[in-house]
Amino acid sequence: MKIGVLALQGDFREHIRILRKLDADAVEVRMPKDLNGIDGLIIPGGESTSIGILMKRAGMDREIKNKHNDGMPIYGTCAGAILLAKEIIGNRQLTLGLIDISVKRNDYGRQIDSFEADLSIKDVGDFKGIFIRAPRIARFNNHCQILSELNLEPVMLRENNVLITTFHPELTGDARVHKYFLDMAQEHKELKDAPEDAANQNSREALLEL
Amino acid sequence: MEKGTYVLKKGLAEMLKGGVIMDVVNAEQAKTAEKAGAVAVMALEMVPADIRAAGGVARMADPKKIKEIMDAVSVPVMAKARIGHIAEARILEALGVDYIDESEVLTPADNKHIDKHRFKVPFVCGAKDLGEALRRISEGAAMIRTKGEAGTGNIIEAVKHTQMISEQILSLKNKSRWETGKIASEFKVPLSLIEEARKMQRLPVVNFAAGGIATPADAALMMLLGADGIFVGSGIFKAASPEKMAKSIVDAVVHYNDAEKLAKISSGLEGMKGIEIEKLEVKMQERGK
Repeated sequence: MKIGVLALQGDFREHIRILRKLDADAVEVRMPKDLNGIDGLIIPGGESTSIGILMKRAGMDREIKNKHNDGMPIYGTCAGAILLAKEIIGNRQLTLGLIDISVKRNDYGRQIDSFEADLSIKDVGDFKGIFIRAPRIARFNNHCQILSELNLEPVMLRENNVLITTFHPELTGDARVHKYFLDMAQEHKELKDAPEDAANQNSREALLEL
Repeated sequence: MEKGTYVLKKGLAEMLKGGVIMDVVNAEQAKTAEKAGAVAVMALEMVPADIRAAGGVARMADPKKIKEIMDAVSVPVMAKARIGHIAEARILEALGVDYIDESEVLTPADNKHIDKHRFKVPFVCGAKDLGEALRRISEGAAMIRTKGEAGTGNIIEAVKHTQMISEQILSLKNKSRWETGKIASEFKVPLSLIEEARKMQRLPVVNFAAGGIATPADAALMMLLGADGIFVGSGIFKAASPEKMAKSIVDAVVHYNDAEKLAKISSGLEGMKGIEIEKLEVKMQERGK
């Protein structure tokens, strides 16, 4: 399976290292053409303003949205989560708007308020959450599935094929969240590779009904 | 819930990788930097080129000014403290800056560096060889940058420092335990740090290039030499068009390996006037070993 990691800025190498540990084919995505043939995309931690500006300059925002419309799974960590959100409260920077949440940037405070916390993640288990100048999810649509909470506020959410964490699994060396995402990508790949069979199946069923 | 851990200190530096950190002296410059795509700004009283020209004692910036810069941008704000000046560092921590640069660009306050383990806020420090880098890390620095020679617009020192560190790490590869032990005592650092650098074949923390970067090509050169990212001091706001220079250096760091793109990025810019290293009265890199 081929997973792209947006490599414009941030800790993309840490994501790639974890993906390779899981035997995925991880590639750096810098330009629209790099999106060809990937089964999933990770938007890493970094500075969301910087990544957003670079994404726009490279014309990546539109291409990523197209890929999302095709059903390709996307996972964003911290800055990546901000960039995927529908709305950033009190800030007009660019977002892709692919998950129906509103985030507040740096809402836990500045760097001295960055923290580590023990989390429990649905279908994954106990997990060390590393929160660095993390955003807070102030609002989310009911369609979003809450996968982990901290003090009754979501820190990991999924809406269809978009997954976000406001913390950094890539800094822990623990590959289980990435495994969760790979399973999403695998499911999408199987669906994508099978349409012909499905179509045949449908027409056969249609014939039988006749 | 734990705060101020070394994982969190190193973690923020990881987030800055592949980015450009720009020196700014006021809120307006900070906004220009953020708009250009800077990953962080460094708040200081004067850019290094002006510090050089002004002479005298260079100190931490006015907290009022730092606060204005913090209020103006959403990216992390760093600020410089003098080497060994614990009180300046404590003031910066109280202000809530995101990173402190214990910097040779300011006039040192002590021959010894700050014990950075005692702070919750992370520190970045300059180094010109592996010994300096590992000494700063053992004192608690969570990020390293080359010293280069700040305020000169001359890249040679940053190149030398990066290459020196790389060569020294490479030379650890085939050393026996006895030899690395000797190096550890020569460097005055714990053996565990030498072993970590030997095993990883890089510094155990994020390593940026700094000191003399004046053009997109300079930034690309440092990335080609293996830097994780770039600090630009005087190079932006001493350029003919700071907005354009800022944006171009950001782009050059992303596309450092694409010469055709770099040719476009580098076109129509006018960099700061540089100084030859031999002609300098003060070599900032000699401060704080």
